Amino acid sequence: MTTEELRQATSPQWCSPPVLVAGWGRFPVCEARLCANEDLGLVTPHGSLSRGLGRSYGDAALPAKRGDALTSTVLADRLLSFDPETGILRAEAGCPLWRIIELFLPRGWFPPVTPGTKFVTLGGMVAADVHGKMHHSQGTFGQHVTSVLLEVADGRRIECSPEHETELFDATLGGMGLTGHILEVAFRMQRIPSPWILEEVETFPNVPALLSALHQAGQHWPFTVAWADLLNPPPLFGRGALMKGRWALPHEAPSRLPQPPKSMKLPAVFPNWFLQPWMIRWFNRVYFYRAQRVRGRRVVDPESFFYPLDAVLDWNRVYGPRGFTQYQCVLPAEQGLEAHQRLLDRLLELQAPVFLAVIKDCGQEGRGILSFPRPGISYALDMPLSNRTQQIVDDLNDIVVKGGGRIYLAKDALTRPEHFRSMEPRLERFLTVRRKWDPTLRFRSALSARLFGDDP
Amino acid sequence: MKVIFLGATRGMGRALARELARRGHSLFLLGRSERELEKSARDLELHGAPAPVGYARCDLGQPELFEGALAAAEAALARADTVVVTAGLFATQEELEANAELAAELLQVNFTNTILFCEAARRRLLARGGGTLCVFSSVAGERGRKPVVLYGAAKGGLTRYLEGLDHRYYAQGLRVVTVKPGFVRTSMTIGLKPPPFAGEPDRVAKTVVNAIERGRTVVYAPPIWACIMAVVRRLPRFVMRKVNF
Repeated sequence: MTTEELRQATSPQWCSPPVLVAGWGRFPVCEARLCANEDLGLVTPHGSLSRGLGRSYGDAALPAKRGDALTSTVLADRLLSFDPETGILRAEAGCPLWRIIELFLPRGWFPPVTPGTKFVTLGGMVAADVHGKMHHSQGTFGQHVTSVLLEVADGRRIECSPEHETELFDATLGGMGLTGHILEVAFRMQRIPSPWILEEVETFPNVPALLSALHQAGQHWPFTVAWADLLNPPPLFGRGALMKGRWALPHEAPSRLPQPPKSMKLPAVFPNWFLQPWMIRWFNRVYFYRAQRVRGRRVVDPESFFYPLDAVLDWNRVYGPRGFTQYQCVLPAEQGLEAHQRLLDRLLELQAPVFLAVIKDCGQEGRGILSFPRPGISYALDMPLSNRTQQIVDDLNDIVVKGGGRIYLAKDALTRPEHFRSMEPRLERFLTVRRKWDPTLRFRSALSARLFGDDP
Repeated sequence: MKVIFLGATRGMGRALARELARRGHSLFLLGRSERELEKSARDLELHGAPAPVGYARCDLGQPELFEGALAAAEAALARADTVVVTAGLFATQEELEANAELAAELLQVNFTNTILFCEAARRRLLARGGGTLCVFSSVAGERGRKPVVLYGAAKGGLTRYLEGLDHRYYAQGLRVVTVKPGFVRTSMTIGLKPPPFAGEPDRVAKTVVNAIERGRTVVYAPPIWACIMAVVRRLPRFVMRKVNF
């Protein structure tokens, strides 16, 4: 036996025994073996799917079958190259966004698109084709990706990009990891005038006023997001705040670098009864008053602007072991406010426990075949899991189907396949590309089993 | 500092090398795979290490490579003043008991060959008037314990060697830093159930770089393990026979 073989024998495939894994919503939970190594290529042959930091909310990063092996990318976290001329950064799939920000913010660069947390991997950002407060101005992350190194089902490594193997590239953006193991990602970073954000906050008495202000703000501000109280009964229902931002110019910003905000850790999973609706009703009120107080312009550090929830690590634990789901859908812009009103009315009627509601303006559709955003308004609604949640999701999906909208797979845990098929005319095209590269469906997830009908 | 680093591509070594890079120290990497070394070298440059970060092949399983690798490092990093060794093998006691060949390999690499590498590094450091030799041993070498009988024996021997080296060459300017990590979540410990007080590589890295910069001789990382091992060292034998750690 050579030394190499001996070492292979020591840690057979670097796979853990079965452990319980879940998405960020802590529902559903499933047993899986996790295979991880700094040299990602050693563990990709064993996994039926890649999993990063587990920040997708539902079952996108769970195994199709209990006990299946997943390739964990988190140890493959190196930066590989950066060209200050073009701004193109290349890194391994497990590289977390926080590492990129920590290293590049002081040098005057920032990722062009960031989701609402920095605890995601680059591979995950490509697989979910993430968007953020800048969707109306910058599109999804995928629009800035210049190339992806993908290990496909037969083990070949394919460098795909907008110029090469474009069909595979388009299927991989927003393809939820189902086209293969993403090994490396290259994307264009953005030059920033200062490491600070100029923020302006406004408050509004109802959702229609909020939506029209959100739309108008999008013409002038690169970053916009709205928060609304969809929990308190009328007349408080629908009150909201609009946050607008842009990079501060050097003369507007402090000359020092922003200190990364201190984050707090929740020591344990809270009990299910901890988060009561009355508490959240008050939280929503307090949030609104706070927004009223800070109305106007101020300079803030980018981390508190882009990642307010990262201030509490493991904040998903407050929902308790039952978990929660985030229902996120986009309703097309061109059909007027009718569908929006139906959605809001339905939420009121069902007395849905929407603990947190975030509304965003979406711009042009990206090139990812299954990429979520399209022109319109996106709603993200956090709800604790209960025996009513399935019914609420079904009802909302009915409205979304009728309104010509769609849901975001990175958040979803409960959508039914028939709903998904009727809101996704693009699915057939995606499945065709997937079958071409992976005829035996080697890559699958709990999500693909639920929504695409893969055998578990 | 100008650091020659054996083991920077993986686990705690990767985190430690990044922390050195962030603080602007120069690095030269030694390791088994050129492909991995190349990637880590670029990563460390982007973390702030002065470019270019060079590398050369070196394997604790092949002592004949040691002198050549160290010479290449010294040629690239004029006047290297620090050598860091984080490389090593790990296997559970069960795996080692089941496979005598593997046990022989682990004892050879973690004890004899690591010491031979340190000897080569020590000679070169002393030849230029002294320097720092930082080596990763383990808390497993502190007390004979059920789950780490063989691994702990090699690490215990290594610790003792480093202690002697410090006594013998301190006056000539050699600074020996012995790092004793407790349980840290890395690919080496994947699949093992993390005990309470398990550490994260990034925190361990900060602790160790501080220790190197301040010239401390023994570092426990995370530091809480100093207290834990102080208790474990004092436990009577009849207790150690009963407990399973």
